[in-house]
Amino acid sequence: MKNKNLYNYILGIADNSLILGQRLGSLTGHGPSLETDIACTNISLDLFGQVRSYYQHAAKIAGDNRSEDDIAMLRKEREYVNVLLVEQPNTDFAYTMARQFLFDVYHLSFLQELQKSKDLTLSAIANKSIKEVSYHLRFSTDWIKRLGDGTAVSHQKMQEAIDGLWTYTDELFHQTEADKAMVAEGIGVDVTLLKEAYYEKVGAILEEATLEIPESKWFQKGGKKGIHTEHLGYLLAELQYMQRAYPNMEW
Amino acid sequence: MSEEQIKNLEAQFEARIARDEKIEPKDWMPEKYRKTHIRQMSQHAHSEIVGMLPEGNWITRAPSLRRKVALLAKVQDEAGHGLYLYSACETLGVSREELYEQLHSGKAKYSSIFNYPTISWADMGAVGWLVDGAAIINQVPLCNTSYGPYARAMIRVCKEESFHQRQGYEIMIKLANGTPEQKELAQDALNRWWWPSLMMLGPTDAESIHTEQSMKWKLKRKSNDDLRQQFIDQTVPQAELIGLTIPDADLKWNEERQSYDFGEINWDEFWQVVKGHGPMNKERMKARVGAWEEGEWVRDAAMAYAEKKRNRKEKLAI
Ligand SMILES: [Fe+2]
Ligand SMILES: [Fe+2]
Ligand SMILES: [Fe+2]
Repeated sequence: MKNKNLYNYILGIADNSLILGQRLGSLTGHGPSLETDIACTNISLDLFGQVRSYYQHAAKIAGDNRSEDDIAMLRKEREYVNVLLVEQPNTDFAYTMARQFLFDVYHLSFLQELQKSKDLTLSAIANKSIKEVSYHLRFSTDWIKRLGDGTAVSHQKMQEAIDGLWTYTDELFHQTEADKAMVAEGIGVDVTLLKEAYYEKVGAILEEATLEIPESKWFQKGGKKGIHTEHLGYLLAELQYMQRAYPNMEW
Repeated sequence: MSEEQIKNLEAQFEARIARDEKIEPKDWMPEKYRKTHIRQMSQHAHSEIVGMLPEGNWITRAPSLRRKVALLAKVQDEAGHGLYLYSACETLGVSREELYEQLHSGKAKYSSIFNYPTISWADMGAVGWLVDGAAIINQVPLCNTSYGPYARAMIRVCKEESFHQRQGYEIMIKLANGTPEQKELAQDALNRWWWPSLMMLGPTDAESIHTEQSMKWKLKRKSNDDLRQQFIDQTVPQAELIGLTIPDADLKWNEERQSYDFGEINWDEFWQVVKGHGPMNKERMKARVGAWEEGEWVRDAAMAYAEKKRNRKEKLAI
Protein backbone atom coordinates (compact mmCIF):
# COMPACT_ATOMS: atom_id res chain seq x y z
CA MET A 1 0.00 0.00 0.00
CA LYS A 2 1.41 3.32 -1.04
CA ASN A 3 -0.26 5.37 1.63
CA LYS A 4 0.09 3.00 4.53
CA ASN A 5 0.43 5.76 7.11
CA LEU A 6 -2.68 7.58 5.99
CA TYR A 7 -4.62 4.31 5.93
CA ASN A 8 -3.51 3.44 9.46
CA TYR A 9 -4.20 6.96 10.58
CA ILE A 10 -7.80 6.77 9.39
CA LEU A 11 -8.32 3.45 11.15
CA GLY A 12 -7.02 5.03 14.32
CA ILE A 13 -9.87 7.54 14.14
CA ALA A 14 -12.60 5.29 12.77
CA ASP A 15 -12.08 2.32 15.06
CA ASN A 16 -12.91 4.47 18.09
CA SER A 17 -16.28 5.39 16.65
CA LEU A 18 -16.94 1.84 15.48
CA ILE A 19 -16.35 0.24 18.85
CA LEU A 20 -18.14 2.92 20.84
CA GLY A 21 -21.08 2.83 18.41
CA GLN A 22 -21.26 -0.93 18.82
CA ARG A 23 -21.27 -0.62 22.61
CA LEU A 24 -24.11 1.90 22.54
CA GLY A 25 -26.05 -0.06 19.95
CA SER A 26 -26.36 -3.01 22.29
CA LEU A 27 -28.24 -0.83 24.79
CA THR A 28 -31.12 0.00 22.46
CA GLY A 29 -34.38 -0.96 24.12
CA HIS A 30 -32.85 -1.42 27.54
CA GLY A 31 -32.24 2.14 28.72
CA PRO A 32 -33.46 3.73 31.97
CA SER A 33 -36.05 5.80 30.07
CA LEU A 34 -37.42 6.10 26.58
CA GLU A 35 -35.69 9.45 26.14
CA THR A 36 -32.21 8.18 27.08
CA ASP A 37 -32.81 5.15 24.91
CA ILE A 38 -33.53 7.32 21.91
CA ALA A 39 -30.52 9.53 22.66
CA CYS A 40 -28.05 6.64 23.01
CA THR A 41 -29.35 5.05 19.82
CA ASN A 42 -28.96 8.38 18.14
CA ILE A 43 -25.35 8.75 19.25
CA SER A 44 -24.66 5.23 18.04
CA LEU A 45 -26.21 6.12 14.69
CA ASP A 46 -24.06 9.24 14.37
CA LEU A 47 -20.93 7.28 15.16
CA PHE A 48 -21.70 4.57 12.61
CA GLY A 49 -22.42 7.24 10.04
CA GLN A 50 -18.97 8.72 10.64
CA VAL A 51 -17.43 5.25 10.60
CA ARG A 52 -18.81 4.57 7.14
CA SER A 53 -17.31 7.76 5.74
CA TYR A 54 -13.91 7.03 7.28
CA TYR A 55 -13.77 3.41 6.09
CA GLN A 56 -14.96 4.32 2.61
CA HIS A 57 -12.08 6.77 2.48
CA ALA A 58 -9.68 4.16 3.86
CA ALA A 59 -10.90 1.60 1.33
CA LYS A 60 -10.08 3.96 -1.53
CA ILE A 61 -6.63 4.57 -0.15
CA ALA A 62 -5.97 0.88 0.36
CA GLY A 63 -7.07 0.30 -3.24
CA ASP A 64 -7.15 -3.47 -2.80
CA ASN A 65 -10.84 -4.03 -3.49
CA ARG A 66 -11.79 -4.23 0.14
CA SER A 67 -15.09 -2.58 1.07
CA GLU A 68 -15.98 -0.51 4.12
CA ASP A 69 -17.49 -3.68 5.61
CA ASP A 70 -14.36 -5.73 4.97
CA ILE A 71 -12.36 -3.15 6.85
CA ALA A 72 -14.91 -2.85 9.64
CA MET A 73 -15.59 -6.53 10.14
CA LEU A 74 -12.87 -8.71 8.72
CA ARG A 75 -9.80 -7.74 10.66
CA LYS A 76 -8.30 -9.78 13.47
CA GLU A 77 -8.47 -8.49 17.01
CA ARG A 78 -4.85 -7.35 17.00
CA GLU A 79 -5.55 -5.20 13.95
CA TYR A 80 -8.13 -2.98 15.66
CA VAL A 81 -6.48 0.18 16.91
CA ASN A 82 -9.22 1.85 18.97
CA VAL A 83 -8.33 3.20 22.40
CA LEU A 84 -9.08 0.96 25.37
CA LEU A 85 -11.57 3.47 26.74
CA VAL A 86 -14.24 2.89 24.11
CA GLU A 87 -14.26 -0.90 24.39
CA GLN A 88 -15.05 -0.87 28.12
CA PRO A 89 -18.37 -2.57 28.88
CA ASN A 90 -21.77 -1.03 29.62
CA THR A 91 -21.41 -1.86 33.30
CA ASP A 92 -24.30 0.43 34.22
CA PHE A 93 -25.68 3.77 33.09
CA ALA A 94 -23.04 5.64 35.08
CA TYR A 95 -20.25 3.79 33.28
CA THR A 96 -21.94 4.28 29.94
CA MET A 97 -22.22 8.02 30.46
CA ALA A 98 -18.76 8.39 32.01
CA ARG A 99 -17.20 6.53 29.07
CA GLN A 100 -19.15 8.72 26.69
CA PHE A 101 -18.16 11.92 28.42
CA LEU A 102 -14.48 11.05 28.72
CA PHE A 103 -14.44 10.24 25.02
CA ASP A 104 -16.65 13.11 23.83
CA VAL A 105 -14.45 15.82 25.35
CA TYR A 106 -11.50 14.36 23.49
CA HIS A 107 -13.48 13.64 20.33
CA LEU A 108 -14.79 17.16 19.90
CA SER A 109 -11.41 18.84 20.40
CA PHE A 110 -9.86 16.29 18.04
CA LEU A 111 -12.40 16.99 15.29
CA GLN A 112 -11.97 20.73 15.66
CA GLU A 113 -8.31 20.23 14.76
CA LEU A 114 -8.97 17.59 12.11
CA GLN A 115 -11.10 20.14 10.28
CA LYS A 116 -7.84 21.86 9.34
CA SER A 117 -6.43 18.70 7.77
CA LYS A 118 -4.83 18.94 4.35
CA ASP A 119 -6.71 15.76 3.48
CA LEU A 120 -9.93 17.26 2.22
CA THR A 121 -12.02 14.15 2.84
CA LEU A 122 -10.91 13.98 6.46
CA SER A 123 -11.52 17.65 6.91
CA ALA A 124 -15.01 17.33 5.43
CA ILE A 125 -15.89 14.37 7.66
CA ALA A 126 -14.62 16.30 10.69
CA ASN A 127 -16.62 19.30 9.69
CA LYS A 128 -19.81 17.31 9.40
CA SER A 129 -19.19 15.36 12.61
CA ILE A 130 -18.57 18.36 14.84
CA LYS A 131 -22.24 19.22 15.07
CA GLU A 132 -23.11 15.67 16.04
CA VAL A 133 -20.33 15.31 18.56
CA SER A 134 -21.15 18.67 20.17
CA TYR A 135 -24.56 17.22 20.86
CA HIS A 136 -23.05 14.00 22.24
CA LEU A 137 -20.90 16.04 24.58
CA ARG A 138 -23.83 18.12 25.75
CA PHE A 139 -25.81 14.98 26.45
CA SER A 140 -23.05 13.18 28.34
CA THR A 141 -22.06 16.32 30.26
CA ASP A 142 -25.65 16.76 31.42
CA TRP A 143 -25.69 13.21 32.71
CA ILE A 144 -22.35 13.60 34.49
CA LYS A 145 -23.91 16.52 36.35
CA ARG A 146 -27.26 14.85 36.98
CA LEU A 147 -25.73 11.67 38.32
CA GLY A 148 -22.82 13.35 40.10
CA ASP A 149 -25.01 15.92 41.78
CA GLY A 150 -28.23 13.87 41.92
CA THR A 151 -28.77 11.45 44.80
CA ALA A 152 -26.23 9.84 47.13
CA VAL A 153 -26.59 6.60 45.19
CA SER A 154 -26.06 8.17 41.79
CA HIS A 155 -23.14 10.21 43.09
CA GLN A 156 -21.41 7.09 44.32
CA LYS A 157 -22.05 5.19 41.11
CA MET A 158 -20.79 8.03 38.94
CA GLN A 159 -17.69 8.48 41.08
CA GLU A 160 -17.01 4.77 40.76
CA ALA A 161 -17.37 4.94 36.99
CA ILE A 162 -15.04 7.91 36.67
CA ASP A 163 -12.50 6.24 38.94
CA GLY A 164 -12.79 3.01 36.99
CA LEU A 165 -12.36 4.59 33.57
CA TRP A 166 -9.79 7.24 34.45
CA THR A 167 -6.92 4.87 33.81
CA TYR A 168 -7.88 4.75 30.10
CA THR A 169 -7.83 8.50 29.48
CA ASP A 170 -4.10 9.04 29.04
CA GLU A 171 -3.94 6.78 26.01
CA LEU A 172 -6.07 9.25 24.06
CA PHE A 173 -2.99 11.46 23.82
CA HIS A 174 -0.42 8.88 22.76
CA GLN A 175 1.03 9.27 19.31
CA THR A 176 1.36 6.33 16.94
CA GLU A 177 3.85 6.08 14.08
CA ALA A 178 1.03 6.93 11.67
CA ASP A 179 0.12 9.94 13.82
CA LYS A 180 3.63 11.32 13.67
CA ALA A 181 3.90 10.87 9.93
CA MET A 182 0.51 12.48 9.32
CA VAL A 183 1.20 15.40 11.65
CA ALA A 184 4.38 16.03 9.67
CA GLU A 185 2.36 16.14 6.44
CA GLY A 186 -0.24 18.51 7.83
CA ILE A 187 -2.91 15.82 7.59
CA GLY A 188 -3.04 14.55 11.15
CA VAL A 189 -3.77 16.12 14.50
CA ASP A 190 -1.06 16.36 17.12
CA VAL A 191 -2.99 14.80 19.99
CA THR A 192 -0.30 15.62 22.54
CA LEU A 193 -1.36 19.24 22.20
CA LEU A 194 -4.95 18.44 23.22
CA LYS A 195 -4.08 16.91 26.54
CA GLU A 196 -3.86 19.91 28.81
CA ALA A 197 -7.13 21.46 27.71
CA TYR A 198 -8.77 18.05 27.97
CA TYR A 199 -7.95 17.54 31.63
CA GLU A 200 -8.89 21.12 32.39
CA LYS A 201 -12.28 20.78 30.78
CA VAL A 202 -12.96 17.35 32.29
CA GLY A 203 -11.81 18.59 35.69
CA ALA A 204 -14.08 21.62 35.60
CA ILE A 205 -17.14 19.56 34.78
CA LEU A 206 -16.39 16.89 37.36
CA GLU A 207 -16.03 19.63 39.91
CA GLU A 208 -19.34 21.16 38.92
CA ALA A 209 -20.86 17.70 39.24
CA THR A 210 -19.45 17.52 42.82
CA LEU A 211 -17.24 14.62 41.77
CA GLU A 212 -13.67 14.07 42.71
CA ILE A 213 -10.95 14.16 40.10
CA PRO A 214 -9.08 10.87 40.41
CA GLU A 215 -5.51 11.26 41.57
CA SER A 216 -4.12 8.03 40.21
CA LYS A 217 -1.23 8.47 37.83
CA TRP A 218 -1.28 4.85 36.68
CA PHE A 219 -2.58 4.58 33.17
CA GLN A 220 -3.37 1.72 30.82
CA LYS A 221 -2.41 1.72 27.20
CA GLY A 222 -2.16 -0.66 24.27
CA GLY A 223 -5.32 -0.20 22.23
CA LYS A 224 -3.59 1.98 19.66
CA LYS A 225 -1.10 -0.86 19.13
CA GLY A 226 -3.81 -3.50 18.93
CA ILE A 227 -3.25 -4.87 22.42
CA HIS A 228 -6.71 -4.76 23.93
CA THR A 229 -8.56 -5.59 27.11
CA GLU A 230 -10.33 -8.95 27.29
CA HIS A 231 -13.62 -7.24 26.48
CA LEU A 232 -12.89 -6.52 22.84
CA GLY A 233 -12.84 -10.12 21.62
CA TYR A 234 -16.46 -10.66 22.59
CA LEU A 235 -17.56 -7.41 21.07
CA LEU A 236 -15.85 -8.36 17.80
CA ALA A 237 -17.40 -11.82 17.89
CA GLU A 238 -20.82 -10.21 17.65
CA LEU A 239 -19.77 -7.48 15.25
CA GLN A 240 -18.23 -9.98 12.85
CA TYR A 241 -20.65 -12.85 13.31
CA MET A 242 -22.51 -12.63 9.99
CA GLN A 243 -19.43 -11.84 7.92
CA ARG A 244 -17.61 -14.81 9.44
CA ALA A 245 -20.51 -17.26 9.32
CA TYR A 246 -21.54 -16.31 5.77
CA PRO A 247 -18.37 -15.15 4.03
CA ASN A 248 -18.33 -13.38 0.66
CA MET A 249 -22.00 -12.54 0.46
CA GLU A 250 -23.89 -9.35 -0.08
CA TRP A 251 -26.54 -8.15 2.29
CA MET B 1 -75.70 16.68 35.82
CA SER B 2 -79.01 14.94 35.40
CA GLU B 3 -79.26 11.69 33.53
CA GLU B 4 -81.10 13.50 30.81
CA GLN B 5 -78.37 16.10 30.40
CA ILE B 6 -75.77 13.35 30.10
CA LYS B 7 -77.87 11.57 27.49
CA ASN B 8 -78.06 14.81 25.62
CA LEU B 9 -74.30 15.34 25.73
CA GLU B 10 -73.75 11.80 24.61
CA ALA B 11 -76.05 12.24 21.67
CA GLN B 12 -74.24 15.42 20.61
CA PHE B 13 -70.93 13.66 21.03
CA GLU B 14 -71.91 10.74 18.83
CA ALA B 15 -73.29 13.15 16.27
CA ARG B 16 -69.99 15.01 16.11
CA ILE B 17 -68.15 11.77 15.46
CA ALA B 18 -70.69 10.78 12.83
CA ARG B 19 -70.03 14.14 11.13
CA ASP B 20 -66.31 13.21 11.09
CA GLU B 21 -65.39 15.93 13.56
CA LYS B 22 -62.33 15.30 15.71
CA ILE B 23 -62.63 14.96 19.47
CA GLU B 24 -59.93 16.94 21.26
CA PRO B 25 -58.54 16.43 24.80
CA LYS B 26 -60.47 19.33 26.34
CA ASP B 27 -63.81 18.27 24.84
CA TRP B 28 -66.40 16.50 26.92
CA MET B 29 -66.38 12.77 26.29
CA PRO B 30 -68.15 9.75 27.75
CA GLU B 31 -66.09 7.93 30.33
CA LYS B 32 -66.24 4.78 28.27
CA TYR B 33 -64.74 6.59 25.29
CA ARG B 34 -61.90 7.82 27.42
CA LYS B 35 -61.22 4.38 28.92
CA THR B 36 -61.43 2.57 25.60
CA HIS B 37 -58.99 5.01 24.06
CA ILE B 38 -56.53 4.76 26.91
CA ARG B 39 -56.67 1.00 26.55
CA GLN B 40 -56.17 0.89 22.81
CA MET B 41 -53.58 3.66 22.58
CA SER B 42 -51.50 2.39 25.46
CA GLN B 43 -51.62 -1.11 24.05
CA HIS B 44 -50.31 0.35 20.84
CA ALA B 45 -47.59 2.31 22.67
CA HIS B 46 -46.54 -0.80 24.58
CA SER B 47 -46.33 -2.73 21.31
CA GLU B 48 -43.92 -0.17 19.91
CA ILE B 49 -41.68 -0.40 22.97
CA VAL B 50 -41.73 -4.17 23.33
CA GLY B 51 -41.31 -4.33 19.56
CA MET B 52 -37.90 -2.72 19.93
CA LEU B 53 -36.59 -5.86 21.61
CA PRO B 54 -36.77 -8.51 18.86
CA GLU B 55 -35.14 -6.16 16.36
CA GLY B 56 -32.74 -4.63 18.85
CA ASN B 57 -31.54 -8.21 19.20
CA TRP B 58 -29.75 -7.95 15.81
CA ILE B 59 -28.20 -4.48 16.02
CA THR B 60 -24.82 -5.74 17.19
CA ARG B 61 -24.83 -8.51 14.58
CA ALA B 62 -26.09 -6.72 11.48
CA PRO B 63 -24.14 -8.04 8.49
CA SER B 64 -23.03 -4.69 7.07
CA LEU B 65 -22.59 -1.14 8.28
CA ARG B 66 -25.35 0.06 5.97
CA ARG B 67 -27.78 -2.49 7.44
CA LYS B 68 -26.68 -1.67 10.96
CA VAL B 69 -27.40 2.02 10.48
CA ALA B 70 -30.80 1.27 8.94
CA LEU B 71 -31.72 -1.11 11.75
CA LEU B 72 -30.65 1.34 14.44
CA ALA B 73 -32.75 4.02 12.79
CA LYS B 74 -35.72 1.70 12.56
CA VAL B 75 -35.61 0.67 16.20
CA GLN B 76 -35.18 4.32 17.12
CA ASP B 77 -38.30 5.14 15.09
CA GLU B 78 -40.24 2.57 17.11
CA ALA B 79 -39.09 4.25 20.32
CA GLY B 80 -40.32 7.53 18.87
CA HIS B 81 -43.68 5.94 18.04
CA GLY B 82 -43.92 4.75 21.62
CA LEU B 83 -43.09 8.21 22.86
CA TYR B 84 -45.79 10.02 20.92
CA LEU B 85 -48.39 7.38 21.58
CA TYR B 86 -47.71 7.63 25.32
CA SER B 87 -47.99 11.40 25.01
CA ALA B 88 -51.29 11.03 23.17
CA CYS B 89 -52.48 8.78 26.03
CA GLU B 90 -51.44 11.38 28.57
CA THR B 91 -53.89 13.84 27.01
CA LEU B 92 -56.59 11.58 28.44
CA GLY B 93 -55.34 12.10 31.97
CA VAL B 94 -53.17 9.06 32.58
CA SER B 95 -49.43 9.21 33.27
CA ARG B 96 -46.72 7.29 31.49
CA GLU B 97 -45.70 5.74 34.82
CA GLU B 98 -49.20 4.36 35.32
CA LEU B 99 -49.17 2.92 31.84
CA TYR B 100 -45.78 1.27 32.39
CA GLU B 101 -47.09 -0.13 35.63
CA GLN B 102 -49.97 -1.74 33.71
CA LEU B 103 -47.56 -3.21 31.17
CA HIS B 104 -45.18 -4.55 33.80
CA SER B 105 -47.92 -6.09 35.91
CA GLY B 106 -49.34 -7.85 32.87
CA LYS B 107 -52.59 -5.93 33.08
CA ALA B 108 -52.02 -4.21 29.74
CA LYS B 109 -51.42 -6.17 26.57
CA TYR B 110 -49.08 -5.57 23.66
CA SER B 111 -48.98 -7.09 20.22
CA SER B 112 -48.37 -10.83 20.55
CA ILE B 113 -46.16 -10.96 17.50
CA PHE B 114 -43.25 -9.67 19.57
CA ASN B 115 -43.33 -12.81 21.66
CA TYR B 116 -41.66 -14.72 18.86
CA PRO B 117 -37.86 -14.91 18.75
CA THR B 118 -35.67 -13.35 16.06
CA ILE B 119 -33.17 -16.10 15.37
CA SER B 120 -31.56 -15.12 12.08
CA TRP B 121 -30.68 -12.00 10.16
CA ALA B 122 -33.47 -12.82 7.70
CA ASP B 123 -35.92 -12.21 10.54
CA MET B 124 -35.06 -8.52 10.25
CA GLY B 125 -36.34 -8.71 6.70
CA ALA B 126 -39.42 -10.77 7.55
CA VAL B 127 -40.37 -8.61 10.51
CA GLY B 128 -40.13 -5.40 8.50
CA TRP B 129 -41.95 -6.81 5.52
CA LEU B 130 -44.69 -8.77 7.32
CA VAL B 131 -45.01 -7.31 10.82
CA ASP B 132 -44.69 -3.67 9.85
CA GLY B 133 -46.79 -4.55 6.81
CA ALA B 134 -49.60 -5.96 8.94
CA ALA B 135 -49.27 -3.02 11.34
CA ILE B 136 -49.85 -0.62 8.47
CA ILE B 137 -53.00 -2.45 7.44
CA ASN B 138 -54.22 -2.18 11.01
CA GLN B 139 -53.23 1.45 11.39
CA VAL B 140 -53.95 3.25 8.16
CA PRO B 141 -57.70 3.35 8.95
CA LEU B 142 -56.78 4.92 12.30
CA CYS B 143 -55.43 8.01 10.58
CA ASN B 144 -59.11 8.99 10.39
CA THR B 145 -60.09 7.88 13.85
CA SER B 146 -62.25 10.20 15.95
CA TYR B 147 -59.79 11.11 18.68
CA GLY B 148 -57.61 13.95 17.34
CA PRO B 149 -54.30 13.24 19.09
CA TYR B 150 -54.48 9.55 18.13
CA ALA B 151 -55.34 10.30 14.51
CA ARG B 152 -52.45 12.75 14.21
CA ALA B 153 -49.99 10.36 15.84
CA MET B 154 -51.11 7.64 13.42
CA ILE B 155 -50.47 9.78 10.35
CA ARG B 156 -46.87 10.21 11.38
CA VAL B 157 -46.45 6.62 12.52
CA CYS B 158 -47.90 5.16 9.32
CA LYS B 159 -45.48 7.12 7.16
CA GLU B 160 -42.56 5.63 9.03
CA GLU B 161 -44.07 2.15 9.14
CA SER B 162 -44.35 2.05 5.37
CA PHE B 163 -40.71 3.00 5.14
CA HIS B 164 -39.92 0.11 7.52
CA GLN B 165 -42.02 -2.24 5.46
CA ARG B 166 -40.16 -1.38 2.27
CA GLN B 167 -36.83 -1.66 4.05
CA GLY B 168 -37.76 -5.12 5.35
CA TYR B 169 -38.89 -6.26 1.93
CA GLU B 170 -35.66 -4.97 0.47
CA ILE B 171 -33.69 -7.14 2.93
CA MET B 172 -35.76 -10.10 1.73
CA ILE B 173 -35.16 -9.27 -1.95
CA LYS B 174 -31.44 -9.20 -1.37
CA LEU B 175 -31.51 -12.55 0.43
CA ALA B 176 -33.84 -14.16 -2.09
CA ASN B 177 -31.55 -13.11 -4.92
CA GLY B 178 -28.42 -14.09 -3.02
CA THR B 179 -26.65 -17.42 -2.53
CA PRO B 180 -28.69 -20.61 -1.93
CA GLU B 181 -27.79 -20.30 1.73
CA GLN B 182 -29.19 -16.77 1.87
CA LYS B 183 -32.35 -17.79 0.05
CA GLU B 184 -32.82 -20.55 2.60
CA LEU B 185 -32.52 -18.01 5.41
CA ALA B 186 -35.23 -15.91 3.77
CA GLN B 187 -37.59 -18.84 3.21
CA ASP B 188 -37.10 -20.06 6.76
CA ALA B 189 -37.91 -16.62 8.13
CA LEU B 190 -41.05 -16.41 6.00
CA ASN B 191 -42.08 -19.87 7.20
CA ARG B 192 -41.81 -18.82 10.82
CA TRP B 193 -43.34 -15.32 10.56
CA TRP B 194 -46.19 -15.89 8.13
CA TRP B 195 -48.80 -17.36 10.44
CA PRO B 196 -48.05 -15.16 13.44
CA SER B 197 -48.37 -12.16 11.09
CA LEU B 198 -51.84 -13.30 10.03
CA MET B 199 -52.76 -13.66 13.69
CA MET B 200 -51.56 -10.11 14.28
CA LEU B 201 -54.68 -8.82 12.58
CA GLY B 202 -56.70 -10.11 15.49
CA PRO B 203 -59.03 -12.97 16.29
CA THR B 204 -61.56 -13.96 13.72
CA ASP B 205 -64.68 -11.76 13.75
CA ALA B 206 -66.85 -14.35 15.43
CA GLU B 207 -64.57 -14.25 18.48
CA SER B 208 -63.79 -10.57 18.54
CA ILE B 209 -65.25 -8.44 21.33
CA HIS B 210 -65.72 -4.65 21.36
CA THR B 211 -66.03 -4.40 17.58
CA GLU B 212 -69.35 -2.61 17.22
CA GLN B 213 -68.64 0.26 19.59
CA SER B 214 -65.16 0.63 18.12
CA MET B 215 -66.60 0.92 14.63
CA LYS B 216 -68.85 3.77 15.75
CA TRP B 217 -65.91 5.64 17.26
CA LYS B 218 -63.79 4.91 14.18
CA LEU B 219 -61.26 3.05 16.29
CA LYS B 220 -61.94 0.25 13.93
CA ARG B 221 -63.21 0.66 10.41
CA LYS B 222 -62.93 -2.81 8.96
CA SER B 223 -63.33 -6.22 10.57
CA ASN B 224 -60.28 -8.30 11.50
CA ASP B 225 -61.10 -10.84 8.82
CA ASP B 226 -61.34 -8.16 6.14
CA LEU B 227 -58.01 -6.70 7.21
CA ARG B 228 -56.45 -10.13 7.15
CA GLN B 229 -57.72 -10.78 3.66
CA GLN B 230 -56.33 -7.44 2.54
CA PHE B 231 -52.94 -8.32 4.02
CA ILE B 232 -52.84 -11.71 2.35
CA ASP B 233 -53.91 -10.36 -1.04
CA GLN B 234 -51.24 -7.71 -0.85
CA THR B 235 -48.43 -9.93 0.40
CA VAL B 236 -48.73 -13.13 -1.63
CA PRO B 237 -47.71 -11.49 -4.93
CA GLN B 238 -44.76 -9.85 -3.17
CA ALA B 239 -43.54 -13.28 -2.04
CA GLU B 240 -44.02 -14.73 -5.52
CA LEU B 241 -42.15 -11.84 -7.08
CA ILE B 242 -38.98 -12.76 -5.21
CA GLY B 243 -39.43 -16.51 -5.52
CA LEU B 244 -40.40 -17.30 -1.94
CA THR B 245 -43.17 -19.72 -1.03
CA ILE B 246 -45.95 -18.87 1.42
CA PRO B 247 -46.08 -21.77 3.88
CA ASP B 248 -49.75 -22.57 3.30
CA ALA B 249 -50.71 -25.59 1.19
CA ASP B 250 -54.31 -24.35 0.96
CA LEU B 251 -53.44 -20.95 -0.41
CA LYS B 252 -55.18 -20.52 -3.76
CA TRP B 253 -56.37 -17.64 -5.91
CA ASN B 254 -60.16 -17.51 -5.95
CA GLU B 255 -61.21 -16.11 -9.30
CA GLU B 256 -64.75 -15.49 -8.19
CA ARG B 257 -63.86 -13.58 -5.04
CA GLN B 258 -60.81 -11.97 -6.66
CA SER B 259 -58.98 -12.85 -3.48
CA TYR B 260 -56.84 -15.62 -2.04
CA ASP B 261 -58.39 -18.50 -0.16
CA PHE B 262 -56.13 -19.59 2.64
CA GLY B 263 -55.71 -22.35 5.20
CA GLU B 264 -56.86 -22.66 8.76
CA ILE B 265 -55.17 -20.41 11.30
CA ASN B 266 -54.05 -22.13 14.48
CA TRP B 267 -56.05 -20.09 16.96
CA ASP B 268 -54.94 -22.28 19.85
CA GLU B 269 -51.43 -21.01 19.28
CA PHE B 270 -52.74 -17.44 19.10
CA TRP B 271 -54.51 -17.70 22.45
CA GLN B 272 -51.57 -19.47 24.03
CA VAL B 273 -49.31 -16.53 23.15
CA VAL B 274 -51.91 -13.90 24.08
CA LYS B 275 -52.32 -15.54 27.46
CA GLY B 276 -48.62 -15.22 28.14
CA HIS B 277 -47.25 -18.59 27.09
CA GLY B 278 -45.57 -17.80 23.79
CA PRO B 279 -41.89 -18.55 23.19
CA MET B 280 -40.65 -15.14 24.37
CA ASN B 281 -43.38 -13.64 26.61
CA LYS B 282 -41.38 -14.08 29.79
CA GLU B 283 -38.13 -12.79 28.29
CA ARG B 284 -39.77 -9.71 26.80
CA MET B 285 -41.37 -8.79 30.11
CA LYS B 286 -38.17 -9.50 31.96
CA ALA B 287 -36.29 -7.15 29.66
CA ARG B 288 -38.85 -4.35 30.05
CA VAL B 289 -39.24 -4.71 33.80
CA GLY B 290 -35.47 -5.09 34.18
CA ALA B 291 -34.73 -1.90 32.24
CA TRP B 292 -37.31 -0.03 34.31
CA GLU B 293 -36.07 -1.29 37.66
CA GLU B 294 -32.40 -0.89 36.84
CA GLY B 295 -33.15 2.61 35.61
CA GLU B 296 -34.86 3.72 38.78
CA TRP B 297 -31.79 5.20 40.43
CA VAL B 298 -31.05 7.11 37.22
CA ARG B 299 -34.54 8.61 37.04
CA ASP B 300 -34.40 9.43 40.74
CA ALA B 301 -31.10 11.21 40.25
CA ALA B 302 -32.43 13.22 37.34
CA MET B 303 -35.37 14.35 39.46
CA ALA B 304 -33.23 15.20 42.45
CA TYR B 305 -30.87 17.18 40.27
CA ALA B 306 -33.69 19.12 38.61
CA GLU B 307 -35.07 19.92 42.04
CA LYS B 308 -31.69 21.19 43.27
CA LYS B 309 -31.32 23.31 40.19
CA ARG B 310 -34.75 24.85 40.72
CA ASN B 311 -33.96 25.64 44.34
CA ARG B 312 -30.69 27.28 43.39
CA LYS B 313 -32.45 29.42 40.81
CA GLU B 314 -35.06 30.47 43.32
CA LYS B 315 -32.37 31.43 45.81
CA LEU B 316 -30.65 33.50 43.17
CA ALA B 317 -33.93 35.22 42.38
CA ILE B 318 -34.33 36.22 46.00
FE1 LIG C 1 -43.77 1.60 15.03
FE1 LIG D 1 -47.04 0.34 15.24
FE1 LIG E 1 -42.07 -0.07 12.35
